[in-house]
Amino acid sequence: MLAAEPKSCGISVRHGKASCGAHGGQGDLPPAIWDKVKTHPCYSVEAHHHYARMHVAVAPACNMQCNYCNRKYDCANESRPGVTSEKLTPEQAAKKVLAVASRIPQMTVLGIAGPGDPLANPDKTFRTFELVAKAAPDIKLCLSTNGLALPDHVDAIARLNIEHVTITINMLDPEIGAQIYPWIFYNHKRYSGVEAAKILTSRQLSGLEMLSARGILCKVNSVMIPGINERHLVEVNKAVKSRGAFLHNIMPLIAAPEHGTMFGLKGRRVPRTSELKALQDACEGEMNMMRHCRQCRADAVGLLGEDRSAEFTKEKIVTMTVNYDSEARKANQAGIEAERRARIMPRQEDVGEHAGGTSDIKVLIAVATKGAGLVNEHFGHAKEFQVYEVSQSGAKFVDHRRVGHYCQGGHGAPDDLAAIIRSINDCHAVFVARIGGRPRGELHKAGIEPVDQYAHEFIETSAIAWFSSYLKKVKSGEIQHVDRGDGAIRQDPMMSVA
Amino acid sequence: MAYKIVASQCTACGACEFECPNGAVNLKRDVYVIDPKTCTECEGHFGTPQCAAVCPVPNTCVPA
Repeated sequence: MLAAEPKSCGISVRHGKASCGAHGGQGDLPPAIWDKVKTHPCYSVEAHHHYARMHVAVAPACNMQCNYCNRKYDCANESRPGVTSEKLTPEQAAKKVLAVASRIPQMTVLGIAGPGDPLANPDKTFRTFELVAKAAPDIKLCLSTNGLALPDHVDAIARLNIEHVTITINMLDPEIGAQIYPWIFYNHKRYSGVEAAKILTSRQLSGLEMLSARGILCKVNSVMIPGINERHLVEVNKAVKSRGAFLHNIMPLIAAPEHGTMFGLKGRRVPRTSELKALQDACEGEMNMMRHCRQCRADAVGLLGEDRSAEFTKEKIVTMTVNYDSEARKANQAGIEAERRARIMPRQEDVGEHAGGTSDIKVLIAVATKGAGLVNEHFGHAKEFQVYEVSQSGAKFVDHRRVGHYCQGGHGAPDDLAAIIRSINDCHAVFVARIGGRPRGELHKAGIEPVDQYAHEFIETSAIAWFSSYLKKVKSGEIQHVDRGDGAIRQDPMMSVA
Repeated sequence: MAYKIVASQCTACGACEFECPNGAVNLKRDVYVIDPKTCTECEGHFGTPQCAAVCPVPNTCVPA
């Protein structure tokens, strides 16, 4: 069945684009939809500054093989989907959720995302959701699937009030699919090649339509694989939009030989930051794009940019006392909401006014932040930089860059500083709460301006104030505007620093 | 006439346990084991042994 008109879960469509709240706040989202996304860090870029999520690894089995995936159970230092340190039973998972919820009150979402496919382990997945719904009804439930088994479980998903479902869709063209999926297991048979890809696409799209028809918010994840599907993803974007997807998340391929994936072993190239952004920009005219995905592990805990899973291992949860206080959680979240309301979003006119005249200049800036939408992290302590695109239309979150842990007990590691600079090499400036003398000098040498004058201020307002003065300097001839190169997407294992 | 799991390569994902029509696959300590007395290689149920068809690791679920 082809859905001709965008349904977008009842979202009004203007200018050919569903006006969803992935960027910024409520905007013109209907209240019912806003209510579902406003505290979900993956569905709202604004929420991801404030709210945390957790995954529980109860679903180890999978019904297919992807060339970018290798499921391991023993690696604490890698951060990518499919990786987890330990498997949990539904009962252990429910206890873990309560333990985290009572210690991290801003944790609002429980997702099941593997390490296999949640719907290839339906009993464990749904049992976990049932237990959590009973004990902690305020936690939103969410799952992420490859879609192969999805049509069989839509009724169960609706019955359990799972409000958010992510489907990974990498292709519609079976010839492309055959290069991504070596095999699927469907209806008691193993299929491969074009035949497998055809079955998969048909199951994914009908699953998406069934969920949209029931008003369940759907996000589509796509892995950008250079040389295989990068141009094709524009078609995928149109197809999922027309079937009611709320949000599209195009993620870069992660592939290093040490990950042991087929693409990693074969040395497949990963996207450059400019290629990824160009593809996301090309699709943004069609629908809202998620750009804040951290491609997290199947047992991640915390804000999207952090991973606190090491604090909540199976061993530690057993001894933890759980004091699930829904009133305290409510009070904490009310505080966060008050903070969000106080955050003044700068208006477009502010940039024009300050700069005087119009300009086509667009620059990227990197921001060291611990969350809450503030410039509040020391350069040397940052585990990632958030990247904003600033122009006269305002400041917009467009990307993030993972970095190694550069500052270790006051001792800087020279190689890491160079790697950090490579990862934000496409940025004109880096905003920090504080920065040491050596990194300051190295950044200047690399042509990136270190900016610490907006410490603990709001990111967007600071970015616009800096950009206005940048434009003035360009206009007066004090500095010359030059384009920057590409940034590097880090592939090496990250230490999860608790 | 039975299948077996090469323990050193098994990731213990459990996909085979779920698919086995005879309940012949069981977790013993941290490893999945196929009971050769109960395994029928899926004859009478399916065209191919389900455990081998769903196993994600090559050459890990094989004829005993």
